[in-house]
Amino acid sequence: MSDLPILEMTGIDKTFPGVKALQQVDFRLFPGEIHTLMGQNGAGKSTLINVLTGVFPHDLGEIRLAGRPVSFAAPLEAEAAGIQTLYQEVNLCPNLSVAENIFAGRHPKKRGTIDWKAINTKTREALAALDLFVDVTRSLDSYPIAVQQMVAIARAVSVDASVLILDEPTSSLDDGEVARLFAVLRRLREAGMAILFVTHFLEQTYAVSDRITVMRNGTREGEYLAKDLPVDVLVAKMTGREGANEALKADASDAARSASAAAPFLSMQGVGRRGLMSPVDLDVCPGQIVGLAGLLGSGRTETARLVFGAERADTGTMRIDGHSVKLASPRDAVRHGIACCPEDRKKEGIVAALSIRENIILALQARRGWWRLLSYARQRKMAEQYIAQLGIKAHDAEQPIGLLSGGNQQKVLLARWLATEPKLLILDEPTRGIDVAAKFEIMDRVRSLCAKGLAILFISSEMSEVVRVSHKIAVLRDRRKVAEIAGEHLSEDQVYQLIAGGQS
Amino acid sequence: MKRLHALARHQLLWPALTLILLILLDVAHRASFLSLTILDGHLFGAPIDILNRAAPLVIVSLGMTLVIATRGIDISVGATVAMAGAAAAVILEADPSRVGMALGAALAVGLLAGMWNGLLVAFVGMQPIIATLILMVAGRGVAQLLTGGQIIPIGAEGYLRLGDGYLAMVPCSVWIALVVSVVLTLLVNRTALGLFVRAIGINPVATRLVGLRSSAIVFGVYVICGLMAAVAGIIISSNVRSADGNNAGLLLELDAILAVTLGGTSLLGGRFSLGGTVLGALIIQTLTYTTYSIGVPPEATLVVKAVVVIVVSVIQSEAARAMLLKPMKNLFSPARQRASTGTSTS
Repeated sequence: MSDLPILEMTGIDKTFPGVKALQQVDFRLFPGEIHTLMGQNGAGKSTLINVLTGVFPHDLGEIRLAGRPVSFAAPLEAEAAGIQTLYQEVNLCPNLSVAENIFAGRHPKKRGTIDWKAINTKTREALAALDLFVDVTRSLDSYPIAVQQMVAIARAVSVDASVLILDEPTSSLDDGEVARLFAVLRRLREAGMAILFVTHFLEQTYAVSDRITVMRNGTREGEYLAKDLPVDVLVAKMTGREGANEALKADASDAARSASAAAPFLSMQGVGRRGLMSPVDLDVCPGQIVGLAGLLGSGRTETARLVFGAERADTGTMRIDGHSVKLASPRDAVRHGIACCPEDRKKEGIVAALSIRENIILALQARRGWWRLLSYARQRKMAEQYIAQLGIKAHDAEQPIGLLSGGNQQKVLLARWLATEPKLLILDEPTRGIDVAAKFEIMDRVRSLCAKGLAILFISSEMSEVVRVSHKIAVLRDRRKVAEIAGEHLSEDQVYQLIAGGQS
Repeated sequence: MKRLHALARHQLLWPALTLILLILLDVAHRASFLSLTILDGHLFGAPIDILNRAAPLVIVSLGMTLVIATRGIDISVGATVAMAGAAAAVILEADPSRVGMALGAALAVGLLAGMWNGLLVAFVGMQPIIATLILMVAGRGVAQLLTGGQIIPIGAEGYLRLGDGYLAMVPCSVWIALVVSVVLTLLVNRTALGLFVRAIGINPVATRLVGLRSSAIVFGVYVICGLMAAVAGIIISSNVRSADGNNAGLLLELDAILAVTLGGTSLLGGRFSLGGTVLGALIIQTLTYTTYSIGVPPEATLVVKAVVVIVVSVIQSEAARAMLLKPMKNLFSPARQRASTGTSTS
């Protein structure tokens, strides 16, 4: 690590209409370090990065790159100056091939035409560094989202840059992929690159960071060396709440894991679909949280889609409240009292240009039919009620949902389904890309609903989360249910063993 | 100031300004442009003439608006206009007293056309432009089969009144357009149809996953569009007192799409405005009137129309406005912030 920062931001102010997003924020980044930016949703992490890379201008303050004052009018200018950024959402072209995506805008040429051979070989090399071996000529959207994210990372790290910014690059990666990404980051650090890393995962922060800057409510809380900052102190600084970690621990012990004695609300026997999911048996009782554990691609989302009718099952029988049903569409599922917050919030959840109010009432209105419109007054009341109840941060119910942060969008989607008063709620990665505090708020809410008799099917890549909240866990591997554990048997280690194929 | 700001961002601002500008141009050319006279108990004057001639386009464009809002398009409306007119004419030719039956037949043709398009788009899953291209081509053929390749004259009094007659001093066709606009607006705003159509246009995947029968809504929207085309077909055939399988409603689909775009509805789906579409259709008709009245030679009218359309479209684009206004802003406030924070590295 050298003594002079490659990047220095001092006294940065940024105001959006009605919101002070950044206030007097200082930030510095040294070459040869991995520096993690932490904070809750709305703390200003993404705004700080956007200001730095010229997505939008700042109001006050100074940015220095290698000692010289800079001000980028557009991300391209920042890139030209050696700042490579991987933004939070995968921003690639799904219809182009993997290789085209990695070399888009900087195609190597040979005799005036694009050198496809070189592109494909170099892409394979770049991906091999991340232990990813895929057909680079196939279109990007033919791969799962995790692979897409790895491709985005490969693109970002394959450019020679002095500063690399990664805004939540690991949100859809499994542990192995994260480990490989970190290996690459460490290699880049040794080579003297300055890396700014944004994540919500505490473990990952400590696994890879040299230095941590904590932000809260648009201000900088402080800058620390990672080894000098215990995790409970970090959480307290992010939330501004002393002893937040105690609450966190209390959560783990409090989980009343009593199996429900009630008859199952949902009962699946051998429900599956060829090419999608091997037949699964699964019961979910009212007041019970059933976790689905497994790696990416193990069939978690696929199971959820079968339960929700988004995919039609071709074998098995499904019973809801004791009655045999066939779910041909999500509409059927909704009519039977099933609700589902999907995995891909942006693509399958929010209707971006519609307001918070319209997004909240959409599912309820869809069930009522097009003819019986909920009155505006009732819509408004409902929206305001949920905004207050779930603590959705927005200045108005008429704000388009697309402008909210990820955590708040997720809360709106939760509100959308709660408005339909469901009996079974499927939560597919409800806390992905959401900060710690919002995560606990959402999970608290889910648990209190469950206590009132709601059945919940819970999916998350964070094993500790699944183990902590679930009364029962179905373990999936290779699109097949391999085990079901409940009661005292619930421990992370055991779930990992089952996933890895060990005998229990 | 805040209210002014809201006005500046209002969806209907640009189409309304365009229309006003065109009208001012006409008034400048002929001061009596806006004056109305009463003759035989009927209102006469350029504005009435424009409204009367714009009526079929307004009606077709309203249906088109909903289709476009669901990310679709219907290029078969011109052919449906011809088929509806032909169906009515065939019945009236046999018995001029059966006006009600003729109207019913015309509307039934529109209904069937809409159902066919809706079936292909919503349930078979074809691309809307291809699906409706089928009927655009085949519909003309059907219309010619109905008319036997001839232009069938229409003489039934009651039927002719729809396109040519007056009610309370105003042409019937204007009344019909008004009623259709009001009914559709109520349908869209007083039921959840408008919300659903926008949701489908913005994010069809998410809309299906909230349990909405998207395909049924999309189907319904094409049916509405077909019915609107049939209503326009009745007015047009009544107005020209004949059914012409070849030329009735020719290229009407393109004018309708243009009216929808001029009205501020995005061709990408989602955001739509029925009021804007009405303004868009009136802009097109006023423009046609203006080019004739200020003496643009007939062979140049299409070029003039094209230029105006390009200008209007560019002005409506926020990005283009920002680009055009940027140099002006710099002129007025040269001491911008960028100068004080330094320039980027090279």
